[in-house]
Amino acid sequence: MSKEKPPYILLRHRDIPDLDNLEVYRQNGGFKAFEKVVTQMEPAAVTEVVKASGLRGRGGAGFPTGLKWSFIDNKSWPHYVVANADESEPGTFKDREIMEGNPYQFLEGVAICAYAVQANVAYIYLRGEFWNLAASLDQHIAALEAAGLLGENLFGSKYSLRLYTHLGAGAYICGEETALLESLEGKLGQPRLRPPFPPSYGLYGKPTIVNNVETLANVPLIIERGAEWYRSMGTEKSPGVKIFSLSGCVNKPGNYELPLGTTFRELIFEHGGGIPGGRNIKAIMAAGASSSLIVADERALDTPMDYESVPSVGAQLGSASVIVIDDSVSIPWLIDKTTHFFRHESCGKCTPCREGTFWMSHLTERIANGRARREDVELLYDVASQIRGKCLCALGEFSIEAVLSGIERFRSDFDVAVGEVQTAAHVEQVPASD
Amino acid sequence: MMAKMVSLTIDGKPVEVPEGTLVVNAAKKVGVDIPVFCYHPKMEPVGMCRMCLVEIGRPVIDRASGQPLREEDGSLKIQFGPKLETACTTPVSEGMVVLGATEKVKAGREDILEFLLTSHPLDCPICDKGGECPLQNLTMGFGPGESRYLYDDKKHLAKHVPLGELIYLDRERCIQCGRCVRFQELIADDPVIAFSQRGRSLEIVSYSEPGFDSYWSGNTTDICPVGALTTADFRFRARPWELKAAASICNHCPVGCNLTLNVRREAVSGGKWVLKRVMPRQNEAVNEIWICDKGRLGYHFGAQNAERLEKPLVRKNGELQPATWQEALELVTERFQSVGRGLITLASGRLSNEDLFNLGKLTRSLGGKSILYSSMAGGDLTTQIGFAPGTNFADMGKESAILVVGSDLEEEAPLWWLRVRQAAKRGATLIVLNARQTKLDRDAHYSLRFPFGTAAAAVLALVNTLSPKRPELPESIQELARSSELKAAAKAFAEAKDAAILFGGDGMGLAETQALAQACANLLLITDHFGRPNNGLLGVWPRANDQGAWELGWQPSMNLPADLAQAQALYIVAADPVSDDPAYLNAFDGQKFVVVQDLYLSQTARLADVVFPAQAWTEREGSYTSGERRVQRYYPALQPNAALPPRVESPGSRRAQVLTGLRAELDGPQADFAIPAFLAEKLGYEGFVHASASLVFARLAAEAPSFGGLSYQKLAEVHEQWPIVGRSDLYYGGTTYENTQGLGVQLPLAQGGASLLSWPQVADFKLPKLGGIAFPITRLYDRGATLMHSQLLHKRIGEPYIILSKQEASRLKISQGGFVRITFTDAERSVVVQAKVDEGLPERVVLAPRSFGLPISGPTPVELKPAG
Repeated sequence: MSKEKPPYILLRHRDIPDLDNLEVYRQNGGFKAFEKVVTQMEPAAVTEVVKASGLRGRGGAGFPTGLKWSFIDNKSWPHYVVANADESEPGTFKDREIMEGNPYQFLEGVAICAYAVQANVAYIYLRGEFWNLAASLDQHIAALEAAGLLGENLFGSKYSLRLYTHLGAGAYICGEETALLESLEGKLGQPRLRPPFPPSYGLYGKPTIVNNVETLANVPLIIERGAEWYRSMGTEKSPGVKIFSLSGCVNKPGNYELPLGTTFRELIFEHGGGIPGGRNIKAIMAAGASSSLIVADERALDTPMDYESVPSVGAQLGSASVIVIDDSVSIPWLIDKTTHFFRHESCGKCTPCREGTFWMSHLTERIANGRARREDVELLYDVASQIRGKCLCALGEFSIEAVLSGIERFRSDFDVAVGEVQTAAHVEQVPASD
Repeated sequence: MMAKMVSLTIDGKPVEVPEGTLVVNAAKKVGVDIPVFCYHPKMEPVGMCRMCLVEIGRPVIDRASGQPLREEDGSLKIQFGPKLETACTTPVSEGMVVLGATEKVKAGREDILEFLLTSHPLDCPICDKGGECPLQNLTMGFGPGESRYLYDDKKHLAKHVPLGELIYLDRERCIQCGRCVRFQELIADDPVIAFSQRGRSLEIVSYSEPGFDSYWSGNTTDICPVGALTTADFRFRARPWELKAAASICNHCPVGCNLTLNVRREAVSGGKWVLKRVMPRQNEAVNEIWICDKGRLGYHFGAQNAERLEKPLVRKNGELQPATWQEALELVTERFQSVGRGLITLASGRLSNEDLFNLGKLTRSLGGKSILYSSMAGGDLTTQIGFAPGTNFADMGKESAILVVGSDLEEEAPLWWLRVRQAAKRGATLIVLNARQTKLDRDAHYSLRFPFGTAAAAVLALVNTLSPKRPELPESIQELARSSELKAAAKAFAEAKDAAILFGGDGMGLAETQALAQACANLLLITDHFGRPNNGLLGVWPRANDQGAWELGWQPSMNLPADLAQAQALYIVAADPVSDDPAYLNAFDGQKFVVVQDLYLSQTARLADVVFPAQAWTEREGSYTSGERRVQRYYPALQPNAALPPRVESPGSRRAQVLTGLRAELDGPQADFAIPAFLAEKLGYEGFVHASASLVFARLAAEAPSFGGLSYQKLAEVHEQWPIVGRSDLYYGGTTYENTQGLGVQLPLAQGGASLLSWPQVADFKLPKLGGIAFPITRLYDRGATLMHSQLLHKRIGEPYIILSKQEASRLKISQGGFVRITFTDAERSVVVQAKVDEGLPERVVLAPRSFGLPISGPTPVELKPAG
């Protein structure tokens, strides 16, 4: 507890006031990295540095960022870069803080990525509710253009770059990169078949790099301070820092920038201040609504939060939106929330997700409200299993994680929910957030 | 270049298919049916429904050596993925092992079906698709026996949603496969329907006005894998298994789409056979598996209705009165014999080859003159350098160039528009040369505009850039002739391995199309694009069998009003000149003897001395020659009303009927080929047959050189087509019919086409300083005799109208939809019509649609005034 907090890397606005002012950002080294890559580095060399840093995609999949950039198809032009700012996973609120507090670092990351793949246009696709953020980003982009940091012939080179924001219309699915591209093209937000992947066939059918906001916000400092510096943080396979969005039954919910590999226990009990009212921690969702439910036992609490370790407790790190569930929460109530979320957000393109989430939501509603039979729990498990492995994209596949793990790992809660003497009182509780 | 072949096994059957083939198609080729809902072999895969799940194993490749690993027994080591894969999105690869019938696969399919059925109403007993429904069939095949889904949880949705007045949507039945949406976007290029909302609320909507505004909408009901989309025509009208199928050919335009006419004998119609619906029949060289809505929904003129002529009519005391065939035939025989050379037979391309053959032969025998009733010329050239046998739009691609000149192709011959567009998408160089913008411009590589009235000169401008012998060009075309785009287009056309020209009559009449055809022929001759497959000249004729008429020696008259006026007797068959242009009224002065042979009492028939009732094409056999010079057979679907045996009162009288045989009194409508044969018989001519179309065709094949060697048997031959449709499953290709009754035969080219023609006369054309010139255009939905009987298309046809330039509209102070009085100065006729304003139209140009009651056979001077 007495450890000195190291300086922030992504949430630097917490250390530096007014970092959303371009002057302040530049006084703190801002846009030096972009100038460096444009004036001194070959595009491929930029990608090499990012590759060497071991940076992995922070949107949830954890795909190596530099490797993705290297997949860009150089036989087809023009190229595009799209920043995925559709941040919609329940419990995830990290990108928003970056874009609010430290917007220029993110925009510089977009610019460096665009240079690395020689895109002259980059889009920032924001979820529809981020209209205020879009307005402020537009102002920041205008400031950059006024300062000559975006536009034609940057730093006297032949390289030109324009950034544009684009607001979604309120669909979770548009965080899926190909659905995002469809939406950005003005079409119905539904995922495309993959392959081909965006680096070869993306926006308007052209090679496109789609990266998460947090991923891109890492890039300027990696260029500035080097891959080795970045690798000095985190674990070997999951280097660097990560913003953990902590929510649910904790005393101090919020964003915590910590090295990858930090344990659940440290995040929840040291930084998050533990569980309110002295209640006991029951389960953890590490990746928002798309998460399996981790049984919060001692082993789980001591598990490091990185891409490799979290699977050992039967879950994924995903976007690291850690939702804490204490013993006041009924698991059937919880999964009823997740299935309703997915039912509402399923795009409807593929059968198992469209029909399966709809069906699951009926079952969980009955179970959570004490109107179900014992067989309904079995049926719910069957329906969730039927969805598995058959969906067009990850939304449907993730919609069943909480359901299956909930039934497997917290069966007694379901037994209570379908018991004969239910008053349904327990399901009316909401998780305490005091 | 041949594609690389890939070997794999599907359910143990070895298959070799070209690289890039999808697993689902490779399976189909060896008779393994992999069920699909969203996949359709005519469209790119989307992988939405997840019904086609299979297990796929691939050879394990040793990373070091790059060689496949082997099992101990020497067989290839195959690794299967953890998940089932969608066969519709997975291309084949060498050594692949596809398993489509394992327990895992069956369970996967059952899972998907269970999901689909959770919200499906299961109203098969009242569903129009019941009996030919992929979802029904696959549920029988793979579906769970009982429902685990609570009935109360079912989502209930609107079951009567008109997407327009032609297509109805049942939202409960829709399984969101998106075939209809993709068809409209990718194939019809009318993206007027779309998905709205998301998840389980995803639904098909139409945003257009009128709803589902597309000439192609009916096709979505064929490829809809459930009963969600139905036509207003067939909805709640019959069950598919009650229907009999008769192979037919559409007679609305020169494409010659292969049809299946579904008929049923029903109590509600007094026990008669009734035409219940028109369906496409596969012919991959003609219409593939599609038809346009005019063909599908505009058939009523050929069905039976109260307005059809049933008995011959003879004018007595100034009035047309019913008569016996005997009486009518004798009167006509006598009068025709007396006028001899003074006879003119005017017939249209709505008639079959057999009809035109017998009519032409009769007229020749009498010493009279045969005239084809047509607004287009140039068929003498298409018989010589038309599409050569073996030509198929489907084979035109990267090495081909297609020039479409003077045609609004989707309006004139919809399927050709569709197929030309697809050829362009495959890489064929598409040059669209016209006076105005048309839908085909969207797919053109070169969109060239010539001033109205200069189509032939524009083609000569192309010739001019390529030929050492340069035709002189009129002033008005010089600007286009000098443009670099025209030069580039000419070069691309000349350098293409194969090149075809489609010429139409957009803005033109007989004289103009004659010159245009000649210019086009010259372009083909100097670039050596004729006489071999996928090259040549295609006339976008106004009628189905115009090409057949030309092949049989029929030609239009360059001065028809004068010819008609001079004739002593007229025999008018399947034509209604008086409705088209009242100027022809002058020919009917009461002095000459007029015989009209038709289905209905047309305006022209009302002026006749004798009217013969003809059988519709649905009631008899025959053959048409399509614009692509493909002779195709059609079969009877209905029995001609009164041609049924007379009511049998007793066994005795029945016996008497049989014994008297052909001597029985003729009754009811007769086939168009039979009536001239009856006349010939009475005139004592040899060599006429009336007993059957096949016998007439045999005669025709013996006497008409280009038909030599053909027979009805040859026309009925079929070979396997791709994609395979019909058969045991309906989910793969839709409900389009498999072709089992004939793909037709393309005629060989007539001799003599290889010599360069003279340059056509192209006088300079200038628009007047005052007044205007009306140019005829073709609308698919017109007010012609064949369409006005449609019980479905009235709203789409609309009232007569003309199209004006913006300047003209502002001069007349009328806005879009206002009324205007148009005076056709030559015809001395004026009418009040609605005006539409087209901002792209030059000043002084007026567009007037044909067959809307406006007297317009070619460019004609008009005066405009505001109405009222």
